[in-house]
Amino acid sequence: MTTFGLKHLLGIRELSPDQIVHLLDTAETFRDISKREIKKVPALRGRTVINLFFEASTRTRTSFEIAAKRLSADAINISVSTSSVAKGETLLDTARNLQAMAPDCIVIRHSSAGAPYHLARACDAAIVNAGDGAHEHPTQALLDALTIREHQGRIDGLKVAIIGDVLHSRVARSNIYLLAKLGATVTVAGPGTLVPAEFGGLIEQGVRLARRVEEAVVDADVVMILRVQRERQTDAFLPSMREYAVHYGLHLNHLDLAAPDAIVMHPGPMNRGIEISSEIADSGRSLILDQVTNGVAVRMAVLYLLAGGVSSGEQSADREVGNGTARNGTVKRQRRKRSLREDL
Amino acid sequence: MDPARINRALARLASEIVEENHGIKDLILVGIRRRGVPLANRIADKIAELEGVRPPVGILDITLYRDDLSTVGAKPIVSGTELPGDIEARTIVLIDDVLYTGRTVRAAMDQLIDFGRPRRVQLAVLIDRGNEHRELPIQADYIGKLVPTKKSEIIKVMLTDFDEDEGVVIVERPAAEAAA
Repeated sequence: MTTFGLKHLLGIRELSPDQIVHLLDTAETFRDISKREIKKVPALRGRTVINLFFEASTRTRTSFEIAAKRLSADAINISVSTSSVAKGETLLDTARNLQAMAPDCIVIRHSSAGAPYHLARACDAAIVNAGDGAHEHPTQALLDALTIREHQGRIDGLKVAIIGDVLHSRVARSNIYLLAKLGATVTVAGPGTLVPAEFGGLIEQGVRLARRVEEAVVDADVVMILRVQRERQTDAFLPSMREYAVHYGLHLNHLDLAAPDAIVMHPGPMNRGIEISSEIADSGRSLILDQVTNGVAVRMAVLYLLAGGVSSGEQSADREVGNGTARNGTVKRQRRKRSLREDL
Repeated sequence: MDPARINRALARLASEIVEENHGIKDLILVGIRRRGVPLANRIADKIAELEGVRPPVGILDITLYRDDLSTVGAKPIVSGTELPGDIEARTIVLIDDVLYTGRTVRAAMDQLIDFGRPRRVQLAVLIDRGNEHRELPIQADYIGKLVPTKKSEIIKVMLTDFDEDEGVVIVERPAAEAAA
């Protein structure tokens, strides 16, 4: 019996393909729970999940909170504006204080790459990376993979185009690791300032670079659009948003070049009219809301597998099957019982 | 217990279920994963032979309702639960391979009740390991075979749906596991 063998979820890069597939399979069954009338199972009853968000987030934080609550865990949200970080506390001290309250899982988003790794060394709780700087956002990549698998039936052998600000995008990084591990071919495209020429080989072997959107989307089964992170555009990477929209915004006619059943994804929040046109965002090709739905399922799977089981065996003690030898009914016991045993 | 005897026990369970419920009106058979599922389907087939109509069959996966999550698995496998339509005011027959401590059935009932309010819930098992092992006040309404066993033993139910062979045997729990 293989074990899931993971204490934290810090990045996709450290995961094996088997672990990724197991997470996706588990998430698939959790998706059904959100369709029930009573959207709650008792799996994590009595466990505590802390959502520690040092960066603004509505979707991801809400998604983790709903996921924890649907598993019956107690979810506590801490955001930076209300935390003692604003009063000068270091990350490590915050972590130690939280640890003293014995949470089972801490979900952290931080603007510095590596913050979750730092936390993992300081805490006993399972740490889930909900986005660290421009490094990784593993649950986003998992929910994207779940959405792709749901609509295309597989990931292996697919052509995926990732378009936009790859330089600043943890979403792109996690997706590139995951898609490459599961056998998809990834092409990235974006402005030269945001997709440096040496990028492909640096991130993952086999990632192709395209200069133009038209080039990247040819025959693509999946087109992933990245958000223009206006808050990170301080160093004049782009001449203007309008220019970006003209050259790198995705329009309906781009999809004529892609595979006939190509799907479009965006991690949200969308800048309509900049990286994605409204006609695409509102079309049947766009799976943006499916991604959000799958996000809850993926986060349930992550919390369940990290904060849940610790030993081995798929079935319970009263159902498990051992490797002993068959008995022959020689044990001395009451006559009635004995006869029952012998004619088994 | 060989395949023929399993088959006869299931035939008897099928006719007992029909008799007890005066037919199959509002009846739903629900198999508990994993081995309760093929058993539920086989019993449904036998009821179809008797009554001319096959009762609907559902599947329960109780992984998320267990009370021993911390001791269950580092790689728990969660499969889906599928119920055929509304269970409100229906008669549910839960079906599993072995009744031992009763904890699996407790979890199954908890989950079932999250889906609605059945009029009645009954329990059918292929093997009952005996009352003395029960850790909860749960008994079966329909029993394929009562097989008193020791705690150190394991009842191994093999069905061709999952296993190479078909049959029921008693095996000794491996020493390391018994000590744990």
